[in-house]
Amino acid sequence: MFKKNDPDLKVILATDCGSTTTKAILIEKIGDEYRQTYRGEAPTTVEAPFEDVTKGVLNSIQEIEDLSGRTFLEGEEIIHPSRPDGTGCDVYISTSSAGGGLQMMVAGVVKQMTAESAERAALGAGAIVMDVLAINDKRLPHERIEIIRTLRPDMILLAGGTDGGDVSKVIQMGEQISAADPRPRLGISYQLPIIFAGNVEAREKVKETLGGKFALTITSNIRPTLEQENPWEARQKIQDLFEEHVMAQAPGYNKLIDWCSAPIMPTPAAVGLIIRTIAEKEGINVIGVDIGGATTDIFSYFRVEGKGIYNRSVSANLGLSYSVSNVMAEAGMANVMRWASFDIEEEDLKNRIKNKMIRPTTIPHLLDELIIEQGLAREALRLAFIQHKELAVGLKGIQQQRDIADAFNQEATGATLIKMMELDLLVGSGGVLSHAPRRSQAMMMLIDAFQPEGTTRLAVDSIFMMPHLGVLTSVHETAATEVFDKDCIIYLGTCFAPRGDGRPGDRAMSYRIELETGQTLEGEMSFGEIKLFPYGLDDKGLPLRGTALISPARGLDMGQGKGRAVKGEVYGGVVGIVLDARGRPIRFAQNRQDRVSQLESWTKAFNAYPERKGGM
Amino acid sequence: MAHAYTPGLRVTKQAVIRKRRILPLKGEVMVKVGDLVYAETVVAKTQLPGAVSIVSIMGPLGCEANEVPSLMLKKPGDRVEQNEVIAEARPLFAFLKFLTGQVHSPITGYLEKVSDVTGQVILREPPQPVIMKAYIEGNVIEVHPEEGVTVETTATFIQGIFGVGGETIGEIAVAVDGPSVELKPEHIKPEHKGKVVVGGSYVGIEAIKRGIEVGVAGIISGGMSDHDLKSLLGKDLGVAITGHEDIGLTLLITEGFGHIEMAGRTFSLLKEREGLRASISGATQIRAGVIRPEIIVSLTKELLAGTNEVVTKTEDGVKGGDPVRIIREPNFGKLGRVKRLIPELMVMESEIKVRVMEVTLADGTDFIVPRANVEIIED
Repeated sequence: MFKKNDPDLKVILATDCGSTTTKAILIEKIGDEYRQTYRGEAPTTVEAPFEDVTKGVLNSIQEIEDLSGRTFLEGEEIIHPSRPDGTGCDVYISTSSAGGGLQMMVAGVVKQMTAESAERAALGAGAIVMDVLAINDKRLPHERIEIIRTLRPDMILLAGGTDGGDVSKVIQMGEQISAADPRPRLGISYQLPIIFAGNVEAREKVKETLGGKFALTITSNIRPTLEQENPWEARQKIQDLFEEHVMAQAPGYNKLIDWCSAPIMPTPAAVGLIIRTIAEKEGINVIGVDIGGATTDIFSYFRVEGKGIYNRSVSANLGLSYSVSNVMAEAGMANVMRWASFDIEEEDLKNRIKNKMIRPTTIPHLLDELIIEQGLAREALRLAFIQHKELAVGLKGIQQQRDIADAFNQEATGATLIKMMELDLLVGSGGVLSHAPRRSQAMMMLIDAFQPEGTTRLAVDSIFMMPHLGVLTSVHETAATEVFDKDCIIYLGTCFAPRGDGRPGDRAMSYRIELETGQTLEGEMSFGEIKLFPYGLDDKGLPLRGTALISPARGLDMGQGKGRAVKGEVYGGVVGIVLDARGRPIRFAQNRQDRVSQLESWTKAFNAYPERKGGM
Repeated sequence: MAHAYTPGLRVTKQAVIRKRRILPLKGEVMVKVGDLVYAETVVAKTQLPGAVSIVSIMGPLGCEANEVPSLMLKKPGDRVEQNEVIAEARPLFAFLKFLTGQVHSPITGYLEKVSDVTGQVILREPPQPVIMKAYIEGNVIEVHPEEGVTVETTATFIQGIFGVGGETIGEIAVAVDGPSVELKPEHIKPEHKGKVVVGGSYVGIEAIKRGIEVGVAGIISGGMSDHDLKSLLGKDLGVAITGHEDIGLTLLITEGFGHIEMAGRTFSLLKEREGLRASISGATQIRAGVIRPEIIVSLTKELLAGTNEVVTKTEDGVKGGDPVRIIREPNFGKLGRVKRLIPELMVMESEIKVRVMEVTLADGTDFIVPRANVEIIED
């Protein structure tokens, strides 16, 4: 048995069982430091004909064995703890999103209060929220019952009522769930887990209403008072039940659970955990994004009045293969096409996007197809970020005076917590960002989609190992953070971008950047311009540093107020230093010809694409 | 080493097909192992709990929630008729009986629960029967108690790339002369009613509408357009999860979006099976646990006679000489044969570095293509 944070831990094997691919990584202690050394992958085997997740796990580990020359498997078992003969690993850990991940419904009394708190708790635990039910959700009871019955979630989180407050409304919701009698998605004959995290005084009645019929778990109130949100215990319960109930129903997971040295975590929960750990350790505000084929997850950690607030959103139908057609539908053709500097028939483009949807594993062979795909990525990221900002709002962990009438009257629970001017680090993950042919493309996509303001560092996850590192933090935080810094994150550089609007050609800002190398960059930028100065890494692979003085024009703000200069640190990266004077929000030319020139000048500044060889 | 996976759709003249036919909730299995079942045979059935109505008693009777149980005229489990009085509050004195308050049932069904917390009652309509048909003709080889059965048949089996509409059954009728011919409205005749109509390279919205008007069971085509799909569904399909559309027929495309000639083998197999009954489903799910639309033609003893060939597709990956289709631009939809697999990674025009293969296209030209952008087709 291993000890948590054991300094003698030398060999760590971690897998992430994704919907389509199982990815294994090996982390070894080399000298005094932990490094990620080998990586293997294999198709996930949850579905027929294999129906046993461990087969994919063993195949991915087998690939690590082939590459590293070290033996980890004995028959169909992982050797751990490691043996004196140098075989096996000290710890084996795993995350999982196979079989569609954790799919939940959440319910509360007031949509903007307890239901919203419940939604945030479920998302934070790594779930996909299928629907949010509330007494004031403008649906009739029978409509709600029909939805509960049809959706077949893996688990339901029921919140409602502050401690000592009204009991009847939350019981009303409980009665509707009971009447719907939803069947779990996996396993026809097991009881659906329900977590009650509402008014403590409603517990007995909730037991009467739901106990027996469901696997009911009671935890502390998610919203004990109007001014407080307390998602931690409910989140933990969700993750416990995910392994005990949901995972245990999926084929092969009982064996996998036995193999693991720590509980299996839902993949997004693990990514959130590493982002939170890094943000807390460095004392910075971080946004992480993982754009996949089907979904886009966004994680944020922002300090508000000294307290860190973590949020996660999942945009279930914004992705670049399975959901690519939905990106086009939600963004609109004009928004997709604004990123392309060439002509293509609309009908042809739509057919191509549908063909990508039905054959999701294909990759862009032609440059124009890559440009279109990266345009779709910008739109998917932009839309997912809007959704994240709408969710990351409100009361979490802070004191705020508000009464129930306010909550009923408001559309949302207050202003977003996402302040782009205060963002320190933006981390991108997912194939389109991590595997873009040029890193400058990834940096451009992140800047265009998120539009960071002031001074922001950007990075990408090199080979999508954030899930592995997330679950590793629960076992060995030092190993997780060391590997994160040295092997996981690839720093792209720093972006300086003033907020505000201006007229193309007018002065936007002046800059003076003194680099660690002794060089000084100095000059003026006009509104609408973007410049890139390559400034990379030192001998140890760490970003070169420098100091920057940015003086924005009168109407523009770099974080200290309009027209006020800011001085701060600058970090290099594999792309470099970006000075972005395109305004916030980025202003596109109305005229097509001008827009094309604009795009060409931006991509040229980044040296983002090779020269095109004619149209499609 | 994990091998590269090259997707391919099954187009098989004769294969053993097994279908699990499972109820959405527990019920009764109607057949036993060894039974011969037809596509329409009901193999399992159950009762889906009826719809629920929630009625407030507290409000109309002006009482407290905890008083509600004492005011009920019906108790849990009792049957109720629509408009029947289910709760009543009588005044203290008989001469004030005009003040009697009553609550009527909005539905016919049962009283399920009376809540002394919310002051509401839950009424439930009678259960609705749900049946599970065999969908294919074959033998029951396994009974899953209270859940359903597995049916096995030897059949011609063709997977499409995308479809809409659920399971249906009909006789195959080939309506065009070849795989490159577009299925037009005039090809669909009144005698195609109830049949599965096979087209060639493309089907437009007018021909689909004509099919619905005639009452065909399904249409199979090489391609269609995104625009027509949107017209048919009344919305843009964001994610390829289909099978429950109520559009009047089942539509199955075998190649992709756009004008794409149906693969020769698919067309000729369908032609060979013309006149036989096919079970088709448009259900598509392109996610983990991919489901593709399918055409299953159970083969009679006569058709099976003289051959013991039972082809089972293996996922061996692609090799030299295999027939393939290019599934992404450039040369999208074109057919060819694998000339050689190139082991080194190569940089494409997009600068993406990938594993590739060389393919000789039907016109004789050689073309280097990412392995991910081809799919194996069957000879």
